[in-house]
Amino acid sequence: MFYIHCPYCQEHREEEEFHPRGEAHLMRPTDPDNATDEEWGDYLFFRQNPRGIHHELWVHSVGCRKFFNITRNTVTYEILETYRMGEQPSITAETEKLRKEQGVQTADGGWQTIGAQPDSRALNEETSS
Amino acid sequence: MSNVSAKQFNTVPAGNPAVESPLHWSYQQQKSTPSANAGVVLREKALLGHVVLRGGAIVMDEAVRQVLGMSLPAKPNTVTRDEAGERSIQWISPDEWLVIVPGGEECDLERRLREALGDAHVSIVNVSGGQTVLTLAGENAREVLMKTVAFDVHPQAFPVGKGVTTVFAKATVVLRRASETEWELVVRRSFADYCYRWLLDASKEYGIDTQ
Ligand SMILES: [Zn+2]
Repeated sequence: MFYIHCPYCQEHREEEEFHPRGEAHLMRPTDPDNATDEEWGDYLFFRQNPRGIHHELWVHSVGCRKFFNITRNTVTYEILETYRMGEQPSITAETEKLRKEQGVQTADGGWQTIGAQPDSRALNEETSS
Repeated sequence: MSNVSAKQFNTVPAGNPAVESPLHWSYQQQKSTPSANAGVVLREKALLGHVVLRGGAIVMDEAVRQVLGMSLPAKPNTVTRDEAGERSIQWISPDEWLVIVPGGEECDLERRLREALGDAHVSIVNVSGGQTVLTLAGENAREVLMKTVAFDVHPQAFPVGKGVTTVFAKATVVLRRASETEWELVVRRSFADYCYRWLLDASKEYGIDTQ
């Protein structure tokens, strides 16, 4: 089970309350009347399937019912960040590659996975305020 | 829409029709025997007025201050109440709030809010017939919730005044902590019997006192 931070509820909630809705940041063709079949096909059907960093659309279906984005590592299942609709990710495949090249330890964002940080330090700080 | 001459649907019923709680049938079916030293006390706050408000927070806050004399909850997942504790406004999402008032006030509330909001882009829906409020108290109430809802109900994660929408035994519930000892569960009409029977079953080991 994941413990996912909803950017609208501004707190962590059980994965059970959420639904994944596929790839994030899909752009509808800007000129729909003149878009080619290939452009429509790409928009409607073709999706990325990366090994590593992936940006996904999720919905907090049993909570606030808002859509938001998650940056997730498809290999480790690590959730690196969540952000609102209309915002851009701060962590991408490029930034992660750069961090590795510079010898920086992997992000501590992995504590969102249950068990990774049993004390849930950040959660306790959040609720005691 | 104050300047539109659309016919307004009058939601106030004429005469004095009989009303029943969504749990009416459940009460007939489940003849519970009151147990001494019950660890869980389950009650229903039946037939209250439930109104869902949607729109911008600033314009809505002004309107509810004017009409109810209360402000919208400033933080997500919180509930504001009037001094008597009879009227409450709960944050449901950044543009949605649940107002619960004593039964019979909801139609008047809706009308006064519409007047106060004028042409603002909002939605006000009276959902009183669609849900009901159960209350859970007693020393084992929290244990029952721990095996029922996905949310952490530890006092540290769930202080008084908090309210969340979460998973309740595969259904959904709006869960609120009304006081140190009492929890409020807003359940959907169609789930009411299921939730009620779940609570009876989950409370069995502690002994349950129903009305
Ligand atoms: Zn949420």
